[in-house]
Amino acid sequence: MAAPDLVMYEEEYQQIKDILHRLQVDSNSKIVFLVDKNGQQIASQGDMRGVDATSLASLTAGNVAATDGLAKLIGEKEFSILFHEGERDNIHISLVAQRVILVVIFDEKSSLGLVRLRVKKASGELEKTFEQLLKKAEADRGNQANRFDSPFAEITDEDIDSLFSE
Amino acid sequence: MTFINYAAREINCKIVYYGPGLCGKTTNLQWIYDKTNPQAKGKLISLATETDRTLFFDFLPLDLGTVRGFKTRFHLYTVPGQVFYDASRKLILKGVDGVIFVADSQEPRMEANIESLQNLEKNLKEQGYDLKTIPYALQFNKRDLPTALPADDMYRQLNFKGEPTFEAVAMNGTGVFDTLKAVAKLVLTELKKK
Repeated sequence: MAAPDLVMYEEEYQQIKDILHRLQVDSNSKIVFLVDKNGQQIASQGDMRGVDATSLASLTAGNVAATDGLAKLIGEKEFSILFHEGERDNIHISLVAQRVILVVIFDEKSSLGLVRLRVKKASGELEKTFEQLLKKAEADRGNQANRFDSPFAEITDEDIDSLFSE
Repeated sequence: MTFINYAAREINCKIVYYGPGLCGKTTNLQWIYDKTNPQAKGKLISLATETDRTLFFDFLPLDLGTVRGFKTRFHLYTVPGQVFYDASRKLILKGVDGVIFVADSQEPRMEANIESLQNLEKNLKEQGYDLKTIPYALQFNKRDLPTALPADDMYRQLNFKGEPTFEAVAMNGTGVFDTLKAVAKLVLTELKKK
């Protein structure tokens, strides 16, 4: 079966944002960014002005997917870290819990070593949060009473049509 | 895989345009990009060769507005149509919520259409999806060309499960939004069932 939908709740969202914020401060980086493997942006910290977050998310996921394909071709399970070095800024990309992608953008104020160290610590914490999140979503799916909370249960054709009204 | 963010009150869905090389997948996206008002769209990203053939994917994020208080965002992707880019096509199908198959109406391209459709079915299966159940729409593109086959013939050969089917001329926008709308509707209806 295909992976189930990713559902994000307020509590975990806040936890994730806190972890990302700490990582950004501790690693002295410019932007810390979390994307799921399909290219959907989950959360970000740092100065995102002038950065096209949606494109960043989708290209990162494309990048990871292509690298994943390369790994399989040569018989590796995955390449868990990608690093792109630029003249000013660098991008450090790593996989968390085999499900989400952690992106750190940093310049000369930080270093690859520091970023790697801090990313490792944050990854462990994120992994725990995502485990908790999956359990919660699983429980919700099993719980009939909660289904009525779904905002889409009563979606009508008119709702959908109105999206395309312009 | 729809991403529902209760915290930010957003739903993100992924729609993939599939079809043989040069059938007009990128042209569909280009038209949507040109005709959508600037607040509702992001950048159109095209990873293409110098001759404008799609190398990896095109990507267009589209904000459609709100449904029941949730911001609805569609991420539109195209795959590279050329046969030898199969590895890339598989990657792009990951986490897909809905598929639009763009068929080339020209008679000599019929075989390529059929081959690409079989390829879609196979690649979806590998990702754990089934073309029979996934939200899906079919588009006959290039209806304006003199060599276009009759739509009935195409329907017989390409329609898979009675999916919504549209005649289109992506160059001038005919049928482009109708196709997208049909699949978006199916994707959102699918959410309702969950």
